[in-house]
Amino acid sequence: MYSYNDFDEAFVRERVAQFTSQVERRIDGSLTEEEFRPLRLMNGLYLQLHAYMLRVAIPYGTLNPNQMRQLAHIAETWDKGYGHFTTRQNIQYNWPLLKDVPAMLTALADVGMHAIQTSGNTIRNVTSDHFAAAAADEIEDPRPYAELLRQWSTDHPEFQFLPRKFKIAVTGSPNDRAVVKSHDIGLRMIRRGDEVGFEVLIGGGLGRTPMIGQVVRDFLPKEDLLPYCEAIVSVYNLLGRRDNKYKARIKITVHENGLDNIREQVEQRFAEIRPQFHGHDQALLEDIRAAFAPPAFRNAETSAHNIALADPVYRAWADTNLSEHRNAQYSIVTISIKKHGDTPGDATADQMRVMADLAERYGHSELRISHEQNVILPHVHKSDLPAVHAALQQAGLGTANVGLISDIIACPGMDYCALATARSIPVAQQIALRFDELKLEHDVGPLKIKISGCINACGHHHVGHIGILGLDRAGVENYQITLGGDGTETAVIGERAGPGFAYDEIVPAIERLVHAYLEIRTEPSETFLQTYRRLGLAPFKAALYPAEGEKDAA
Amino acid sequence: MSRKYIPKVVTANALLEGDVIYLTADDRWTRDHAEAELIEDEAHAQLRLLHAASQKGTVVGAYLADAREGSNGPEPIHFREVFRTRGPSNYAHGKQVGELPGPRHH
Repeated sequence: MYSYNDFDEAFVRERVAQFTSQVERRIDGSLTEEEFRPLRLMNGLYLQLHAYMLRVAIPYGTLNPNQMRQLAHIAETWDKGYGHFTTRQNIQYNWPLLKDVPAMLTALADVGMHAIQTSGNTIRNVTSDHFAAAAADEIEDPRPYAELLRQWSTDHPEFQFLPRKFKIAVTGSPNDRAVVKSHDIGLRMIRRGDEVGFEVLIGGGLGRTPMIGQVVRDFLPKEDLLPYCEAIVSVYNLLGRRDNKYKARIKITVHENGLDNIREQVEQRFAEIRPQFHGHDQALLEDIRAAFAPPAFRNAETSAHNIALADPVYRAWADTNLSEHRNAQYSIVTISIKKHGDTPGDATADQMRVMADLAERYGHSELRISHEQNVILPHVHKSDLPAVHAALQQAGLGTANVGLISDIIACPGMDYCALATARSIPVAQQIALRFDELKLEHDVGPLKIKISGCINACGHHHVGHIGILGLDRAGVENYQITLGGDGTETAVIGERAGPGFAYDEIVPAIERLVHAYLEIRTEPSETFLQTYRRLGLAPFKAALYPAEGEKDAA
Repeated sequence: MSRKYIPKVVTANALLEGDVIYLTADDRWTRDHAEAELIEDEAHAQLRLLHAASQKGTVVGAYLADAREGSNGPEPIHFREVFRTRGPSNYAHGKQVGELPGPRHH
């Protein structure tokens, strides 16, 4: 994987030194909060409900074992012994003291990591498919392009004061595991004849005005990636609204100006700047690509895995947590950070070390963080799977629930976030515990629940098969349900089911929904989403609001 | 008739630790909501908020939050303010266990 060159290293160290001095000046009173706030946000430091929060970028979700160990060390030394993996492939520390943040950033720089541009109106952490370079369906590893975009966008002088934040996601596979259609720019690698290029989407986004990205260029040659992205961001930088924060994202710019108009301006800008790219970016890309060379896959007997399948516990885990690898002797292991009743996405320092050790011993030293808040060992030889499973179980990481109802995405919500209007974590905990108690989740099968604690939709509720949005209704927590959302290549924004539910009513409401699905599905292989697409909202609405059905019948 | 003024407390986050603090009647900052000054008069509330906001080297983001008199002192009204007096619901961290931000051995 990519390691910092001298330039990266010097840049990050310099930024740490600057911020160290800024923190000192804030503490000694030379800087006011008004002066300090934009500086701390540029370096990923927020002030949340109960404490500061440091958001650290994990570029395209890729980590090596030493980086994971350092994240554990930081959690233990300056925080309360855990970290929270987010839906943007970041990790957040919820309890740092202001004076300790420079030391945390230094510790990150020691392993080639930083918190730069994890906030503010800049191009944020570039996200990607967490199965990159391992997935069987992949055309090409998207991460070299994501790294190229990271280098281009970091401290890009033209793009430090955009109208609003800007998020880019890249996938190299036809099956979209990176929710690219909900990003400001979504890049999907596609084939046209013998040539590989990108389908470029713009204007996707969730939040208060959810929109699915639209194709601005149906086929972009790979070597045009940077100038084309630069053209998009440059057009947005001029056209995007700065008068209203809620209308400032590129999705609104596209909506208000029209896709054709934006496309024309982007192509015009592209024609202007393309000649300025003389191939240095392509030389850089070649260097980056070398850093992402595939591991030396082993060629060995895989029967240990087949033998272990006789154990029902192992079998259940293999069924849900393993995915097909491009090398038939290998599997992709998704480690569930969603043990029933635990906080989605939280890992303790000890768990981080276990995962780092397993990656080193059995996983060609690679780890990934998914937007679904799990950790992935992308390359595990099948003969090693039983040992990996045993070690995970000992660390409380062996839960067999990936893709099931308890594999819930949840934002921090009002347990931590200053913007939240309701809690999301305890709702996720209670749903997971309830369905574990009912022993239903394996019967229910694939079902994605996604929970946000406010309209900003960090919990991706719009694209959950079942989405839950926590709001403040007249001083009481209230939860709205949306149904039928989809975050994959067939992306759809979910439909609102009706009036919201109180905090103590939301879990029973979800239970009624799931029971309704079990009754009306044609057969066990018809998923919740398929049933919803076949029958629409009506039968689910009837299950959610039984009293209203009685009223109608009367 | 104007509506009855809902009493307020002045609250903020501490600059150094980031945790929730409240202004007392004798001009201290306390971590305990029950020790806060319960302000019943709107004009006085504005003055106390100005006083708090002027302490730029100590506090961040001071604002007025609704409160009411309770048996042990002022109590929060809105659930957000209730959570701020306790800490998160998923771990025994923060005020509910008398703990400051920062490492556990802090």
